[in-house]
Amino acid sequence: MAQISNMMLLLPEIILLGFACLILVVDTFSTDPDHRITYVLSQLALVITISLVFYLHTGATALAFGDVFISDPMSSALKAMIALYGLVLFLYSFEYLTKQGWVKGEYFVLGLFAILGTMVLVSAYSMITVYLGLELLSLSLYAMVAMNRDSASASEAAMKYFVLGALASGMLLYGISILYGITGTFQLNELNQQILQHSEQTGLLVFAMVFIIVGIAFKLGAVPFHMWVPDVYQGAPTAVTMFVGSIPKIAAFAMAMRLLVNGLEPLMTNWQTILIILAVLSMGIGNITAIAQSNIKRLLAYSTIAHIGFLLLGIIAGSQQGYAASMFYVITYALMSMGAFGVVILLSRKDFESDLLEDLKGLSDRNPWFAFIMLILMFSLAGVPPFVGFWAKWFVLKELVASGFIWVAAAAVFFAIIGAFYYLRIIKLMYFDKADETPALEATAQMQVVLSLNGIALLIIGLSPGLLMALCLSSLL
Amino acid sequence: MIVLSDVLILAAILFCISVAGIFINRKNVIILLMCIELMLLAVNMNFIAFSHFLQDINGQVFVFFILTVAAAESAIGLAILVVLFRNRETINVQDLNSMKG
Amino acid sequence: MLENYFPILVFLSIGTAIGVVLIGLGLVLGRLLGHARPDSEKQSPYECGFEAFEDARMKFDVRYYLVAILFIIFDLEIAFLFPWAVVLDEIGMAGFWAMMIFLGVLVVGFIYEWRKGALEWE
Repeated sequence: MAQISNMMLLLPEIILLGFACLILVVDTFSTDPDHRITYVLSQLALVITISLVFYLHTGATALAFGDVFISDPMSSALKAMIALYGLVLFLYSFEYLTKQGWVKGEYFVLGLFAILGTMVLVSAYSMITVYLGLELLSLSLYAMVAMNRDSASASEAAMKYFVLGALASGMLLYGISILYGITGTFQLNELNQQILQHSEQTGLLVFAMVFIIVGIAFKLGAVPFHMWVPDVYQGAPTAVTMFVGSIPKIAAFAMAMRLLVNGLEPLMTNWQTILIILAVLSMGIGNITAIAQSNIKRLLAYSTIAHIGFLLLGIIAGSQQGYAASMFYVITYALMSMGAFGVVILLSRKDFESDLLEDLKGLSDRNPWFAFIMLILMFSLAGVPPFVGFWAKWFVLKELVASGFIWVAAAAVFFAIIGAFYYLRIIKLMYFDKADETPALEATAQMQVVLSLNGIALLIIGLSPGLLMALCLSSLL
Repeated sequence: MIVLSDVLILAAILFCISVAGIFINRKNVIILLMCIELMLLAVNMNFIAFSHFLQDINGQVFVFFILTVAAAESAIGLAILVVLFRNRETINVQDLNSMKG
Repeated sequence: MLENYFPILVFLSIGTAIGVVLIGLGLVLGRLLGHARPDSEKQSPYECGFEAFEDARMKFDVRYYLVAILFIIFDLEIAFLFPWAVVLDEIGMAGFWAMMIFLGVLVVGFIYEWRKGALEWE
């Protein structure tokens, strides 16, 4: 009889699932139009999850649940980050939803399920768990994008996201099925050994690998699989856009690490070539198209595509230091992205999304402090030293050069300089243009505090990047 | 006697039909949903064939998970479709072009 | 050899006899006790909610979609019960409780759709 071993390691996930189910039921019985109890319970669930992750963290690697689930330093670090970001995301979202007057309890429940899916994906050690975690995340996100039922653009964005996302899952599954046929296993560690033994079938293995990379690239939103990104970012309610732009990126990074590094490491030279093409295309098309945008959500979507290219560079480097640099990149990028959408939410009012670049005009006159926060965010995204975005790019490029991909690094620097243009244009709009109208900002005290903390955290990480980088390195070695 | 390659070729053909259906179809969103379902079923066929010929039960376990996830997926797809129809009064794929840039 | 099938023959004949008697009884009693007032609605074949014979490409009520969505989910999740039932003897209490937890999650979904009024037609 199969023993269910090491169940303790799954405790954060189990508790989070229990809470999500409980909150779903509690929410249907609450009559409060603001769903405050749902919000508070969701935050409580995340706080408990974070403390459990810390409590269970031993720094050792252990398998659980029939070896389909792994608990290692990387999974603990990413899970703590994901749950922490979840807290911040829910706070921003609650602010946005109350402003817009359509707080829905389902938003928080689906958000918790998405976070749960990400946590499962981060800890996956079998292709079955990878698939299940990924789908739990994606299905929750599809529903969240369509959540504002009266918005035509949101439902259109949800449909596009759904169809392309499902296509990506199908591709991924087809790749997995062929890998299974060759190796006869779903376990990532056994897969690694089996590939070495079946080296005569490299052609077929690479065929399967291409399908898997297509699946990963779709989920990351790398060119040429980026068609859904701009529409989803623009069409979805800002709170959901912020969600799509932060936690799933961490999930996609973890998925790439698990599948490509843990599972398909013997095929590294093959996947490096494909990822280089994806990365260079993403950086080029993302940065160049972003210049032409007038909608800030759409601009950030193209900026995401460009950043995803940079993120892939660390994985291409193919060394532990390179993976750590990518992890640093994704963690800091998610924080920057949340901050940028936080500012958009801060500027929004009831029935007014404030998602055009013009709406940022003269922000420094309207509110110097938050203009300064936005300045930090834009300098970070652009990669201006000594802000955190610069260090993220620096670490990735350093490892890329160390692995000998010098021309790729040169292309990356070139596109990053092009990309700096549109971030600096936002700063120009905020500081040197006059606002057409200057309504006062509506924001609760907690929103202001957390958004300020978000910006200051980026500033501090930028001034001493070694600390976070050491954490990333220690969680991968 | 059916050999492994027969099933794999059938599954590959079904997979190609479904992917082509997603890209070629410009008329109806429901056809897209059907294509997605067909794609997952083609993959299932692969898994079942490998599972049978490798004498390994794990492939069939995966098929169960894919089936149930596919059910949830099509439920969400239909739900989004209903919302879309309510807002746009159309489920024509070509009309899904309100966002540009 | 053939006598092994004798019980089945007996079963079939008794079953047929009971069926004939009951249907005959029903027809006779219906004729004696009921009123015969046929109209076009009563005469037409029953097809839940739709006209029985018409173009298949018609528009129908969007609420059917909701029923279909709810049906798909609960219908297919139950697929896990079949392999579980087959090996129930071998998987012990852990297997039993794992399925109870799974069904518990499904019940949470059911409570949700009930409370949201998804099961009401109007």
